[in-house]
Amino acid sequence: MILVLVDHDRGELDQLSLRALTAARTLGQDVEAIVIGKEGAALAGIVGEYGAKVLHVASHANITDYTPMASGRALKDLVEKLKPAAVLAAGSPRGNEQLAHLAAFLDLPMAAECSEITLGAPHHVLRARWAGNLIESAHVHADLLIATVLAFSTEPESVNGGAATVAEFEPALEPQDYAVKVLSRDAGESKGGVTLVDAKVIVSGGRGVGGPEGFGQIEELANLLGGTVGCSRVVTSSGWRPHAEQVGQTGTKVAPDLYIAAGISGAMQHIAGMKNSKTIVVINTDPEAPILSYADYAIIGDLHQVIPALTSAIRQAKG
Amino acid sequence: MDVLVCLKRVPLAGGTLILTPDSRDIETKHLGFGISPHEENAVEAGVQLVEQMGGTLTLLTLGPSDAEEQLRSQLAIGATRAVLIETDGQEWDPQGTAAALVDAINAEETKFDLIIFGAESADSAGYQIHIRVAHALNRPIITNVKSMKVENGVAVCDRVVAAGREHYEVALPAIVTVRDGLNIPRYPSVPGRMQARKKPVDMKKAQPRVPKLEKVNLALAPSKAKGAEVLGNGADAVPALVEVLKKIGAF
Repeated sequence: MILVLVDHDRGELDQLSLRALTAARTLGQDVEAIVIGKEGAALAGIVGEYGAKVLHVASHANITDYTPMASGRALKDLVEKLKPAAVLAAGSPRGNEQLAHLAAFLDLPMAAECSEITLGAPHHVLRARWAGNLIESAHVHADLLIATVLAFSTEPESVNGGAATVAEFEPALEPQDYAVKVLSRDAGESKGGVTLVDAKVIVSGGRGVGGPEGFGQIEELANLLGGTVGCSRVVTSSGWRPHAEQVGQTGTKVAPDLYIAAGISGAMQHIAGMKNSKTIVVINTDPEAPILSYADYAIIGDLHQVIPALTSAIRQAKG
Repeated sequence: MDVLVCLKRVPLAGGTLILTPDSRDIETKHLGFGISPHEENAVEAGVQLVEQMGGTLTLLTLGPSDAEEQLRSQLAIGATRAVLIETDGQEWDPQGTAAALVDAINAEETKFDLIIFGAESADSAGYQIHIRVAHALNRPIITNVKSMKVENGVAVCDRVVAAGREHYEVALPAIVTVRDGLNIPRYPSVPGRMQARKKPVDMKKAQPRVPKLEKVNLALAPSKAKGAEVLGNGADAVPALVEVLKKIGAF
């Protein structure tokens, strides 16, 4: 059996977890899922649809929000009871963190960000390194494979399965397991609305935008296309835009239907965060910018001319 | 307040990576070395805490003896001393690395109030060493921290998530991993560099363990590599782009 940690944020499903469920099904064994926190029980329908027969719900009075060490303990308790062949999760910051706690509890190896997994003795994985620019072939020497599934390496595929059977259990938490937990949360820098991860369209600006005031036209185009604004690292470190909008290895990894990169040359760490986008359009004055080799379409020119022209042309075409 | 910052020497790769002939490593003959961006923020945070509250800042790394170069350049920022666990130059797996760090930390006379890591390494991206160290030392850990204050023995931290900012508090001693954006790392001053040459760097040896996550080899990730279709120059190319956007159903 393959056990998949399905992550959720206060009951809201993490979409990358569906890809982890899809990847788990390719390993030729039954798939069961685990959610941490009782509000995760509401996900029984969707995890069933993606092939999990059982949804284990770790429920505890001290798990009221994201509590990563408690997640690790709950996973450990369930693993010791069910003895799965592998535990998988999404290769997201939270997926990696929760499985790392499991691996630390069990003192077993963990392979993060795997694009391919073959069970065996030893297990074999391909995993992303160097912001996705290198693929490591590695053996994992352990009976239980603990691995996270590289974000966007598989498309989520439903099997139209019926709802998973819910099996609630109470993990035997120690006080240190919930010493670190979210105390409060505020919308902070994010403006609400579409988040980067969920956006179908992202219009991103880089150094070429020239300053915070230049982002007005980027916002306008993003709104017109029903999308959201992203940016490169130099933009956030210059304080032009909030960190929540940063796309890349050190920001958020995204894969929208349309990614428009304006005035972004394409540092390795930025490419790592957006190269899986379905269609990539680049607007850049430099025809040699590295980002062009990852793009589908490009306009060579100054974004300060191209974007306003594009915005007005789209308005006109929309009528 | 005594702070420890863990670092890793990594090659400063530009746009393109080249592999060694045996495909086991990155060819570094023509590359400089540095530390990961997040780790510069970790050192800056440590320096600021010691400036505000007194105490010491120790740096710790595991790597080849050449990693002394990275330790010295960070000592120049304001750290007090450094410890280098010397390897044979081979890459160690996460469990072996974490165990060697834990042994070195336990061997220190100083009981560090706060241990800081960068959120992820530039090269291996294993996402686990800090957590293994936290478990071994039985300390709480907060990861991916984007703002941090220490008040009355409590670390007050925020991390940025898709939905906004999450607020955490943890009593010291604790471990945090920090992200780029936490602060603006300073450049070393000339006197800082002069002093760094004389600051102590303890060299230690550790025995490699049989890796449980065993690298077989590396390959370059395939890129789209077809290159972009250039629709034209400047605003004149906008009608062609509008057609493309219509075709893919963007509006």
